[in-house]
Amino acid sequence: MSISLVNDAHNKNANLAQSVSPLAVHGLTVSYNQTPAIFSVNMVVHPGTMTAIVGPNGAGKSTLLKAVLGVIKPLAGSVSILGKPLVKMRDKIAYMPQRASVDWDFPTRVIDVVMMGMYRNLGLLGRIRASHREQAIKCLNRVGMADFATRQIGQLSGGQQQRVFLARALAQDAEIYVLDEPLAGVDAATEKTIIAVLQELRDSGSTIVAVHHDLATVSDYFDDVVLLNKQVVAAGPIDDIFTEANLQATYGGRLATARVDPESVAI
Amino acid sequence: MIDALLLQLGYNATLVTLGACLLGIAAGVAGTFLFLRKRALVSDAISHATLPGIALAFIVMVSFGGNGRSLFGLLFGAGVSAALGLLCLHWLTTRTRLGEDAAIGAVLSVFFGLGIVMLTIVQTMSVGQQAGLEGFLLGSTAGMLRGDALLLAVAASVVLSLVLFLRRPFELAAFDPAFAETSGWSLAWIDFAMMGIVLVVTVVGLKVVGLILIVALLIVPAVSARFWTDRSDGVILIAAILGGLSGYIGAALSAVAPALPTGPIIVLVGFAFFVMSLLFAPKRGVLASVLTHYQYQRQIHLRQGLLALAQGQPIYEALTRRLMFRAGLILPDGVATASGQAAAAKALLDENRWSIVRADQSFAAAATRYDGLTVIEEFLTPDQMNEVDGRIIAPRALF
Repeated sequence: MSISLVNDAHNKNANLAQSVSPLAVHGLTVSYNQTPAIFSVNMVVHPGTMTAIVGPNGAGKSTLLKAVLGVIKPLAGSVSILGKPLVKMRDKIAYMPQRASVDWDFPTRVIDVVMMGMYRNLGLLGRIRASHREQAIKCLNRVGMADFATRQIGQLSGGQQQRVFLARALAQDAEIYVLDEPLAGVDAATEKTIIAVLQELRDSGSTIVAVHHDLATVSDYFDDVVLLNKQVVAAGPIDDIFTEANLQATYGGRLATARVDPESVAI
Repeated sequence: MIDALLLQLGYNATLVTLGACLLGIAAGVAGTFLFLRKRALVSDAISHATLPGIALAFIVMVSFGGNGRSLFGLLFGAGVSAALGLLCLHWLTTRTRLGEDAAIGAVLSVFFGLGIVMLTIVQTMSVGQQAGLEGFLLGSTAGMLRGDALLLAVAASVVLSLVLFLRRPFELAAFDPAFAETSGWSLAWIDFAMMGIVLVVTVVGLKVVGLILIVALLIVPAVSARFWTDRSDGVILIAAILGGLSGYIGAALSAVAPALPTGPIIVLVGFAFFVMSLLFAPKRGVLASVLTHYQYQRQIHLRQGLLALAQGQPIYEALTRRLMFRAGLILPDGVATASGQAAAAKALLDENRWSIVRADQSFAAAATRYDGLTVIEEFLTPDQMNEVDGRIIAPRALF
């Protein structure tokens, strides 16, 4: 299959997920000071899959995620979660931001960060009970960080910080996991752990959407891919969409620097 | 002096001291979130923006034939004008490309300038009640009445309960704003509430600390508290204690010497706590880190020296030789003593153990403790130790 046009890909996905998509985006445009960061993005994510959002720097990947989560107000377009508007469905989404987005000298411990994932269920005054702490330790255990529970977060390595963020997302106990570059700048062991946890989540029916920067591993880890460069260049199953031609269309002249492993690209 | 601290200077002074203490607690707690949210200077803009409101309230109250010195009226004016300043700030940062620092500078100076002009006009009015208005600049508890102190107490209690109620969204907004939003709390509303609380503290604190220095009462306790703890609950608690003590001691001192402005005294007391924290706090304090540094350097030198001994290499660095001699590990000519030989063999064995632990992912937690010094036995179970020792293939010590 050759390059899919935006609308083809969109229509095909829309038909496939006619039932209820966990995450559907229609005509989403976000702009900063009259310059669109993403323009008219359509995206339909299938339940129980892992979808990678891939594109060059400045393609609007993080912006798309933030708009999907309602952190940025879009100029146009809509987001629906399991067929309903986002505002009613916040509880269904867990979010893992980029590691660089927070201050790691903040006075808090690993377990406190994971507990933050439970705040929305605890509400303003809900008591933190032993069962909540056990739950938090369980989440840390899943990412192999239980031994670090009482460390100050600044003492962790980059990969460990990322795993703590994933544990916090797990503590949110959601159906849809939205992750911003979960594998950026982490060690190989962390990458393995994170991917294993995400695949477990998917296999138990959750839906994963992650920004991913490493073209060489996209087809190993993910089921579907959205190629983004301000607009959706192509979207769908990895085997159909992750082609040399589509990547060329997404990255343009920058593809050479993105270092694609030729064997990982479906032809 | 002692009388003042023991609240023996009469009913009014006692009320004022207790009021200042409560204000300090409220300011310390409210300021902690401001500090952690990295918006400390917004409070400076808020406080300076109160001045036009104070002057205008005075003019309005006098021209309607009322009492121009009614504290409630003046504070109401201060609150309205501070809220206006906050709105300007919000508008400038969200609707223009101006950064928050520039917007703070603009709002602060324009409102303060306007306030000073209006205060000058007030001074030329022929009503004769103006005396005392300048007390809002630097704080003065001299003319405070029982009702004024009660107002302070009530407002401080309200602020404390609000913070208690909103601490989770505040904590999230300070640590990870985007995550706060995805947890279902609107960041705009969290910030609005945070600034609202700071505004209330500022306005009720005006009479005691004065608008120029109230920022210190909000920020200094939190900054000092940060030295003592690595947990946000801890920072809030310690900031409350330090803020309360600053208010209490400062107001008591000022009751003894009414000629001195209250605000600066409270701030200086807070500053004394800051200096103490800066110097003496464990871990983050200056003395502790200097001490830790030298201790660490000594241990590193000893370790390197021992490893050199174990491998039969010469020790080049004079400091290393000196430290090892002092520890009784080597003789002046560089030859190892009996205890030096034993320690060297142990050092090499530990180094080999560490290299195995660090290469194995199943020891990830223990491996992060590797710094060339930590005693490995503390982190591994005897079984794990045996397993590690079984895997050692590196050369053993010479001894």
